[in-house]
Amino acid sequence: MSAGPARPRGTTRVALTANAVLVYVFFFAPIAILAVFSFSDDRLVGRWGGFTTSWYGDFWADELLKDSMWMSVRVAVLSTFVSVILGTMAALALERFRWKTQRFFDAVLYLPIIIPDVTMAVMMLLFFTWGFDITNDVFGTEFSKGFGTITLSHIAFNISFVSIVVRARLAGMSLELEEAARDLYATRWKTFRHVTLPQITPGIAGGALLALTLSLDDVVITQFVSGPGATTLPVRVFSMIRKGITPVINAVSVVMLVASLVLVALSLLIQRLRGGSITG
Amino acid sequence: MSDALAAVTLGGLTKRFDDVTAVDHVDLEIADGEFFALLGPSGCGKTTTLRMIAGLEFPTEGSLQIFGDEVGTLPPNKRPVNTVFQSYALFPHMSVLQNVAFGLRMQKVSKPEAMGRAQEAIGLVRMDSMENRRPDQLSGGQQQRVALARALVNSPKVLLLDEPLGALDLKLRQEMQRELKTLQREVGITFVFVTHDQAEALTMSDRIGVMNEGELLQVGTPEEIYERPVNRFVADFIGQTNLLDGTVEATGTVCLSNGARVGVDTEGVAVGGAVAISVRPERATLHGRGGAPPGRPSVDGRLEQITYLGNALVFTVALDWMSLDVRVENQADLDVREIGSEVSVSWDADAASVVQE
Repeated sequence: MSAGPARPRGTTRVALTANAVLVYVFFFAPIAILAVFSFSDDRLVGRWGGFTTSWYGDFWADELLKDSMWMSVRVAVLSTFVSVILGTMAALALERFRWKTQRFFDAVLYLPIIIPDVTMAVMMLLFFTWGFDITNDVFGTEFSKGFGTITLSHIAFNISFVSIVVRARLAGMSLELEEAARDLYATRWKTFRHVTLPQITPGIAGGALLALTLSLDDVVITQFVSGPGATTLPVRVFSMIRKGITPVINAVSVVMLVASLVLVALSLLIQRLRGGSITG
Repeated sequence: MSDALAAVTLGGLTKRFDDVTAVDHVDLEIADGEFFALLGPSGCGKTTTLRMIAGLEFPTEGSLQIFGDEVGTLPPNKRPVNTVFQSYALFPHMSVLQNVAFGLRMQKVSKPEAMGRAQEAIGLVRMDSMENRRPDQLSGGQQQRVALARALVNSPKVLLLDEPLGALDLKLRQEMQRELKTLQREVGITFVFVTHDQAEALTMSDRIGVMNEGELLQVGTPEEIYERPVNRFVADFIGQTNLLDGTVEATGTVCLSNGARVGVDTEGVAVGGAVAISVRPERATLHGRGGAPPGRPSVDGRLEQITYLGNALVFTVALDWMSLDVRVENQADLDVREIGSEVSVSWDADAASVVQE
């Protein structure tokens, strides 16, 4: 008999099973209902009217929704790309160097995570409105809210999350590895390229995935900084709900859900492949 | 040593971290082809000294030359030295072959040549057929060999080893000690070796530098360090010894704490100076009370304890003011005395040395 977690017996077993069933029903029943009714041929959400895929067709035919979806994708990809670079650089600076005002920078980096979304949204709105007023008046530019402001806002909060994930990975990596590389004639850049980067890649991938998800999910901040007509998919869905729930929203939600699942599956697959190459 | 160019020359080398002086004005010459050990307790500055030679720390002051070239301010990648790290620091995402070839590739040696030389180095440490393994598939001893090959493949002018055998178990450590020594003779490269294990330093090195609290206390061959320690710390740190406190009464005579007078070479110590006489347990002889041969320095005491070590026995003799160990090899005609019996302990006058604080 091996040591380790025991197998539950008797009433413990019954209680644990019931608990598990409840938890999973609570998790997955809403998802199942959402998915099922996105295929229901009835204008009323919650009433089964036979199978149809017409709501997905409606989604695809709706130019506004489609525009919002592409906006979401573009914002997510660009903000992830930029925040992964800046966040990784911040993590490297804070983990690998020591300077006098370091503690201050360390604390400030976490601000976007601590500040409530609404506060951050109002801050961003004020910042862009005030900033654009000045530049438009003084330099005659024609800045307005839209893709640019949404992307910048997403970069602003994503940097924090990326740097936290990458820092955790860097902290777990032995400094001796980098010293060994330097000792073996690698310059600082080559040390980073051939030793540090491969070691922290899982952290960077994890941070990127987190950034991508946060960007695709964000409603509050995006709502404040998006321009007339141009916004992301979650914000569009949010405004549609105010006019009443339609099965099209179900279809949109299912598409977003599938996209998230694909992202997670992809990240797991990448990790599996890397793990395989390490032990094989 | 002074006629040939020294491999490593340290002149007043000092390293301060904030207000802590880790290495304090160390002067040292390490000869070309020498197997040199830096020995001392943890925190004595030996590793910091090694890291300064490697370029992983920069000196606060002093000079640091490798074969006559001042390198104190050069980054590690510009120095003709390589290091075997305490934790080996093998790159986990690379195979054994890639690890060993890394240094050559960074020096822009072509891939085929780098791979060929790496393969040779892997053979040198008897790791052939393991070149495609990852570090996490190797045992501690195997990782150690790869770390050695990875450093040696670059033909460094000096090889630095930071407690490389510390993580190995006793049997493997003894085996690797012999192998390292053989390997060093084969490649003819200067080895600078950091260790806190005095037995290891005595076994392996041509010369030893003993450090404590940032200072280099004594440099010499294992014999010199063991037989003629310069001070109390070195005498106590290297092997076991008995330290009998006293004062120099006249040249060649020390008056011990209990008033007994013993003859010993007091060269270099002024009359009236406080000293200790260092007597190694294996150089002392146990007699019945008054049985010490005339002319040999001796002290009287009572046998307090007998410790059985297998190959030897240690008799602990209580004197009035301290106790003293006598080590006797386990022989057939061993004369075992009873605990509590009155005894005398004598030693060869030239086997004892006088040490100061």
